[in-house]
Amino acid sequence: MNAMATPLDVAALRGQFPILSTEVNGHPLVYLDSAATTQKPNVVIDAISDYYRFDNANVHRAAHMLADRATTAFEGARKKVARFIGSDDEKQLIWTRGTTEAINLVAYSWGNRLQPGDQILVSTLEHHSNIVPWQLVAERVGANVIPISVSDEGEIDLDAFRSQLNGPVRMVAVGHVSNALGTVNPVEDIVRLAHDAGAVVLLDGAQAMAHQTIDVHKLGCDFYAFSGHKMYGPTGIGALWGRTDLLVDMSPWQGGGEMIDQVSFGGTTYQQIPYRFEAGTPDIAGAVGLGAAVDYLNSLDRDEIAAHEDAVLSYAVERGEDFEGLTRYGCAHQVSGAFSFLMEGLPSADVGMLLDQQGVAVRTGHHCTQPLMNRLGISGTIRASFALYNTFEEVDRLFTALEKVRTMLS
Amino acid sequence: MTDRDHLPGNPSGNPFGTSITSADIGETMEFLEDWEERYQYIIDLGKSLPSMLEADRTDDSIVRGCQSQVWLNARKDGDRFWFQADSDAFIVKGLLGVILSAYNGQTASAVLAFDIDGYLAQLDLLRHLSSARSNGLRAMIDRIRSEAASQH
Ligand SMILES: Cc1ncc(COP(=O)(O)O)c(C=O)c1O
Repeated sequence: MNAMATPLDVAALRGQFPILSTEVNGHPLVYLDSAATTQKPNVVIDAISDYYRFDNANVHRAAHMLADRATTAFEGARKKVARFIGSDDEKQLIWTRGTTEAINLVAYSWGNRLQPGDQILVSTLEHHSNIVPWQLVAERVGANVIPISVSDEGEIDLDAFRSQLNGPVRMVAVGHVSNALGTVNPVEDIVRLAHDAGAVVLLDGAQAMAHQTIDVHKLGCDFYAFSGHKMYGPTGIGALWGRTDLLVDMSPWQGGGEMIDQVSFGGTTYQQIPYRFEAGTPDIAGAVGLGAAVDYLNSLDRDEIAAHEDAVLSYAVERGEDFEGLTRYGCAHQVSGAFSFLMEGLPSADVGMLLDQQGVAVRTGHHCTQPLMNRLGISGTIRASFALYNTFEEVDRLFTALEKVRTMLS
Repeated sequence: MTDRDHLPGNPSGNPFGTSITSADIGETMEFLEDWEERYQYIIDLGKSLPSMLEADRTDDSIVRGCQSQVWLNARKDGDRFWFQADSDAFIVKGLLGVILSAYNGQTASAVLAFDIDGYLAQLDLLRHLSSARSNGLRAMIDRIRSEAASQH
């Protein structure tokens, strides 16, 4: 045990996540891959199953009781999630399959207005899902995607960014928190600088939502994209928040039911936001599940949770410093959620497999951030990532398991 | 280049199929009890597989469908097939050794006739591999078999 124990009752929290009592390869699971997806508490699992048991119907359509209940639950979830990120207007919240689809929506739909030669700045830290959609639109309209450089520590180079803003920059798309290194970017500064230069800002909030309280107005951004499954909600649902004046000017991107006003062969008119961007039957159960995840997070003392998570991460970093042959990647001023490292002479894939044999789940590889890995001169890392249910003991188990891995591979 | 490259009769440069046979591996694996010993053995086999020269790791030699990087080159010497293989992970190299021990130095018809499923079942390997890893193993086997089939 160590002295940094926090008052939070983590054992009680863990009890709410049934999967955490699983055994893997004969060992109690140590789940250190929450940046890939968090585990789900009972309240989320129950909300989804109750929705299908008691309320299931299609939304916005039929004149019957169940349809009304489903619509109320679905729209209620939209409102909850909007409030959760500080928006008082739920029309600004568009359901998507996740962060990836949210960014693709903006790149496609907002991107229609881009002109040849326009610039889109993305940081070198970005997840591929905040790079490739921009490359697709750039190719379509003749715009250019330009990387913002990052330092060896994994921090965005603000001076370079400032001078890049002298160009014809229309969009700045950066992550709030890096999934590969855990860097917390100075997004408020980035937003201010970008706005001063007349650019629009999209923040990829995939890795921020679970760990900190988000207020889109305080951040000042124009778009905020996130995934439900990385904040204790289900997979298949996420959202795009956007500024109303931008959203109402954006053309639809997928056509179908739900998104239309009137359809005729002479011409079709479209729904208001948010429905204009939600073609087809949505993931109703997913939205309800995400609403339950938001209720769950709201029921916790989030400052206390954040303090606990930071303490567990710091403990991992500290143990890593004393661990022979371990090199940490990403030593930004402010980090959250992830501890990325390499073991000298030990291939990461082997380390990952041998940790798994001991019940410790980590991710190895490039973490969908190949440009960042190229920048750091490596092909990937071993990443342990943390959520509210992780403990100091689990960090100890990681390092005990790593010791065995080292013995086996050396 | 390793010394083995110069061994007469084994142009693959690795010991699999000659000094380490599939029967050897089968016997050893049967004898090993816990996961640690079995993995240790696979890792040690991986260390017996010499690294391929950078120049031999061509685009064509990459085996697609593996989680790790895997390279495999086939060479035909008379009517026998010899395989060079490499990976960036020791365990994967060990698995390559396991399958090369069955295929290296064999004729095309022997490669195609070999009961690989029976062999893997005997080793009880797949139970310990993630589905992505077993798919990767499958991809390596398919690659070897298709090399043999194409030159049958
Ligand atoms: C920073 C970041 N952005 C985007 C994504 C993509 O999220 P999703 O796959 O849920 O769309 C991820 C997920 O790994 C991420 O970590």
